[in-house]
Amino acid sequence: MLVLGPIGFAAPWLLTGLLALPVLWLLLRAVPPAPIRRRFPGVALLLGLDDENHERDRTPWWLLFLRMLATALLIAGFAGPVLDPRIEQAGSGPLLILTDGSWADARDWAGRGKRIEAALAEATRAGRTAALISLTDIPPGMPTWRGAEDVRSNLPALQPRPWEPEEAGLLRLVTQLPEGRFDTLWLSDGLERAGRAELARALAGHGEVRAVESPRDVLALGEAGYGSGQARIEILRARGAGPHSAEVAVRGLDPSGIERELGRAAVDFADGETRTEAAFDLPAEVRNRITRFEIAGETTAGAVRLTDDALRRRKVALVTAGTGREGLLLLAPDHYLRQALSPTVDLIDGTIADVLVADPDVIVLADLARVAETDALTAWMEKGGLLIRFAGPRLAASDVGRDELDPLLPVRLRSGGRSVGGTMSWGAPKSLAPFPETSPFFGLPIPPDVSVSAQILAQPGPDLAPATIAELADGTPLVTRRAIGDGQVVLFHVSANAEWSSLALSGLFVGMLDRLAVTGGTDRPDAEALAGTTWVAEKVLDGFGALGTAENLAGVAGEDLADPVIGPGIPPGLYASEGRHLAVNVIGAGRDLVAARWQADIAVEGMAAARETLLGGWVLGASLLLYLIDAIAALALGGRLRGRRISAAGTLLLLLVLAPFALAPGVSYAAAEDDALIRAAGNVVLAYVKTGDAEVDRISEAGMWGLSEALFARTSVEPVEPRGIDPETDDLAVYTFLYWPVTVDQPTPSPQAYSRLNRYLRTGGMILFDTRDGDLAGFGAATPEGRRLQALAAPLDIPPLEPVPRDHVLTRSFYLVQDFPGRYSGAPVWVEAAPADAEQAEGMPFRNLNDNVTPVVIGGNDWASAWAVDDAGRYLFPVGRGLGGERQREIAYRFGVNLIMHVLTGNYKSDQVHVPALLERLGQ
Amino acid sequence: MSEAGHLSARPAGLRRNAEALAAALPPLLAEARHMAATVQLGDHGRRLSGMGDEFWQYRAAYAGDEARAIDWRRSGRADVQFVREKEWQAAQSVHLWVDDAQSMEYSGDTGRQSKADRARLLALALGVLLIRAGERVGLTSAIAPPRSGEVQLLRLAHALTRAAGSADFGAPDARAILAGSRAVFLSDFMGAPDAVETALGRAADKGVKGVLVQVLDPTEESFPFDGRTIFESIAGTIRHETRKAGDLRARYQARLAERKDRLSSLARQTGWLFVTHHTDDPAQSALLWLYNAMRADR
Repeated sequence: MLVLGPIGFAAPWLLTGLLALPVLWLLLRAVPPAPIRRRFPGVALLLGLDDENHERDRTPWWLLFLRMLATALLIAGFAGPVLDPRIEQAGSGPLLILTDGSWADARDWAGRGKRIEAALAEATRAGRTAALISLTDIPPGMPTWRGAEDVRSNLPALQPRPWEPEEAGLLRLVTQLPEGRFDTLWLSDGLERAGRAELARALAGHGEVRAVESPRDVLALGEAGYGSGQARIEILRARGAGPHSAEVAVRGLDPSGIERELGRAAVDFADGETRTEAAFDLPAEVRNRITRFEIAGETTAGAVRLTDDALRRRKVALVTAGTGREGLLLLAPDHYLRQALSPTVDLIDGTIADVLVADPDVIVLADLARVAETDALTAWMEKGGLLIRFAGPRLAASDVGRDELDPLLPVRLRSGGRSVGGTMSWGAPKSLAPFPETSPFFGLPIPPDVSVSAQILAQPGPDLAPATIAELADGTPLVTRRAIGDGQVVLFHVSANAEWSSLALSGLFVGMLDRLAVTGGTDRPDAEALAGTTWVAEKVLDGFGALGTAENLAGVAGEDLADPVIGPGIPPGLYASEGRHLAVNVIGAGRDLVAARWQADIAVEGMAAARETLLGGWVLGASLLLYLIDAIAALALGGRLRGRRISAAGTLLLLLVLAPFALAPGVSYAAAEDDALIRAAGNVVLAYVKTGDAEVDRISEAGMWGLSEALFARTSVEPVEPRGIDPETDDLAVYTFLYWPVTVDQPTPSPQAYSRLNRYLRTGGMILFDTRDGDLAGFGAATPEGRRLQALAAPLDIPPLEPVPRDHVLTRSFYLVQDFPGRYSGAPVWVEAAPADAEQAEGMPFRNLNDNVTPVVIGGNDWASAWAVDDAGRYLFPVGRGLGGERQREIAYRFGVNLIMHVLTGNYKSDQVHVPALLERLGQ
Repeated sequence: MSEAGHLSARPAGLRRNAEALAAALPPLLAEARHMAATVQLGDHGRRLSGMGDEFWQYRAAYAGDEARAIDWRRSGRADVQFVREKEWQAAQSVHLWVDDAQSMEYSGDTGRQSKADRARLLALALGVLLIRAGERVGLTSAIAPPRSGEVQLLRLAHALTRAAGSADFGAPDARAILAGSRAVFLSDFMGAPDAVETALGRAADKGVKGVLVQVLDPTEESFPFDGRTIFESIAGTIRHETRKAGDLRARYQARLAERKDRLSSLARQTGWLFVTHHTDDPAQSALLWLYNAMRADR
């Protein structure tokens, strides 16, 4: 390789071609441009005319220069120019290649593999022997020198491990280094660890040591946990040089069990900062589903944090006094508790004795005065249980905790309760005072409408104030707590339902329970708790941070997991024992990442291959561009560029220059879709289902146009332009009416589409099914369309049907009609059946019917064809024959108007039954 | 026709030629008729009494007039007999010469008619007009001597659509022109002017008057060429090489103007008219001018 300043040439001998340039110059100068042959009758007049001067027959100097430059660039381009070339100097003797092979290597593992391969290839060329050692996988015994080509064949088996080199292994390698002189290439992961310095010193004693480090910093995730209602996770980095931004993603299962990203937070490291924190404000039910955190874009095991039981749903036992008043759900003492807790925790029901067996994290006692299992509960609390009690009429009526402190109450109580703001008491209901800073509820917003009208009072005393974590505006305690062993007991001095206060109705209630339940969460079991247990790896991480199944891994003693030393014996992953789960992560508690420090005589390179810039393509491209300009210039000089060709050449040149900028931005389809939805939501839109048959869809649209115009002209309903929808993709919620022509080869909607359609029908939408076969058969399964309709409608939530009865509201919602013809007449039309117990209304020709709009109307009269008009308002299809046909079309329009009126106004007309009764009442 | 008879001996050739003829003839003839239809026909009397249909004058009957020549209606209003004389309406013979040399096949732009096409069109359209006016129209060569009637149009069209000759430049052939008739020469007159001079002199000797129409392509006027060029005549017999065509432009145009002057003065001397027509100008105006010229010089 020839190096000239910052540019090197891979094939420098090609540059000798530049010597030919002067010759080319002379040749090009001597040879004038080739003449054009033209047939021209006027040549007879030209005979004998001589040229005035002979100087212009030579190629102009600037064109020559252009050509020379283009040719020179061509030669230079093929000579392989390289910016900042990397020069390998060949050494001699054996070459030892070390790679850390840890998780921190995984991110640029491919680049490291290439670097090793390049080093081995060079060693092969130089005829050196080599050895390759991964420090996470140090082979027993002394490394043996083998042919570099041979070592290279082992390269594909080299994979990064999800752990780091152990000190013991490094020190063992120091003692095992082969005798004699050898060079070392150390591909470091950039992290400092014990034993590294010793090994580096030992290697430097044997020969030259070159270290390769990625210029990118190493990032890893530290401890994850909860704090002030947020999921928090630490992010560590090794070097801490300069500011850096990263994104941390939270992944977990969605409600259907598919893993997806639940949230994402950006973190910024300031210059010199090696540790920062990301916070995720996630709803509790989402938080419960978190399975892992990861740093976006970092495919290493260290950038992944698995979560375990610490993020699991808590078990909460709900114990009440029993169901005294059956049926009054809203008055039940535990109703609001259940509503507040059930989304985020696993609820357990039963007596105290029953639930204690299940070892819940929290036990809630709602208005339960006397508890028989006091000792068992106390023991459970001392192990870390959280007991939450609510007051209520029973507790107020009992004498529990009046004379002395009850073991299951945080404070002594005063006999009787207090009632304020009621019919029999003075004063207004009390509101809440702001939470003190020591309270776990500190920071929760207090809604102004939360008031307390009755409460149980605590016996005043010196221990009351520290026990109080929430109080009313008048200073009386609302929530008190007392620590018992590792656990605690919390008393709400109001009832858990809305009888004594409106606290249970507010969002504050949920927030308070959340704070309590989270603070009472399960912590990581310590060594003592783990003693004697055996844990089996269920899933393990590989070096790249991907979870794989654990196979043939021996069980691990619980003691070892308390402060695990990650290594081949305990790979990071998820461990399970007796239904409990424990996550073992790469980065242990309190770990700091430290950047590797090299002694002064070791040369540290980056991943140099990435910094070389090949210029060949650019130089060749520039050369081609010059040739193109030359071609156009030569044409212009030779008189071949006239008239339209000039503009064509100009266009070509312009295109070439502008082509890179001509990447037109895509039209925002989503925005247009949103506009259409907003328009549909703000107006009445007649929608039709697209069948995939272009002709049928065209008729449907024209039919909806025709009906829309009829409605506009005749009624106060003013629909905007109709819309074709696809139940698979479109949001149905904004439409009130759906016309569904049935074609034989219509695709069956997906289950998701059916669930949307069913929701649409249940929430007041209407579908008009039209089999369009009224001329062939009455409605039924007699035609292919009829059979297709049955297949299509089977998964739909359709009530029992009957042919339209004579007193159905469809017959009088706007016009009085008795037939429902479309293009065809006479086929029956089916609607939701009236309830069997409908009675004849008094003095009216119709029955008292249900208040519902029929969700479907089914028929085969091909209404859309009868309604269809083109842009100019002309009817698209003939109906019937002559005047009778026009009458039929008119009735068809009247049916359409009635139908839309029925959809929009429901049974308003049916309610006219009650008009006489209403008038009579008004008269009195 | 003799050519048709000759061709009928070779059926395949007849068929091919008939098709080629039919392909060119109707469009040319139709176009010529179409163009002729735009020209208003005036009356065409000889301003002399003689054989004809139109009334000329009454004159007193001489002795010797046949009795049936007397116009009794006019005579009844006077004491003497009158004879009704009619205007002498004699047909004029017009000879057309269209240059069929290779140089006429030139067109400076693919979208433009060649000079030959334009010349044929003008000639045939003039023929249509003249024949409709009762004149006898023919070519200067012996193939189609002047005749009247619609059939003559077909003959003319046939003769005009023959393949071009092989010569580079054509010269008018005035030998078959009838004395005292009219002639129209359509050519680019790029060849040697001596031949034109000779022909015109011969025609003037016979008392023939007429029109010289120089049909030129616009590029032959503007000479829009540049760069190193080899100019060749259409048949390839003449060539001229230049290193810089743009330099020749002014001198070429001067020579062309000189050529036009010479033709113009020649026409003046012999009592002919000279006009230059360009193929990018509408043919209609040229036809109108030609038709008026044929009327004016009678």
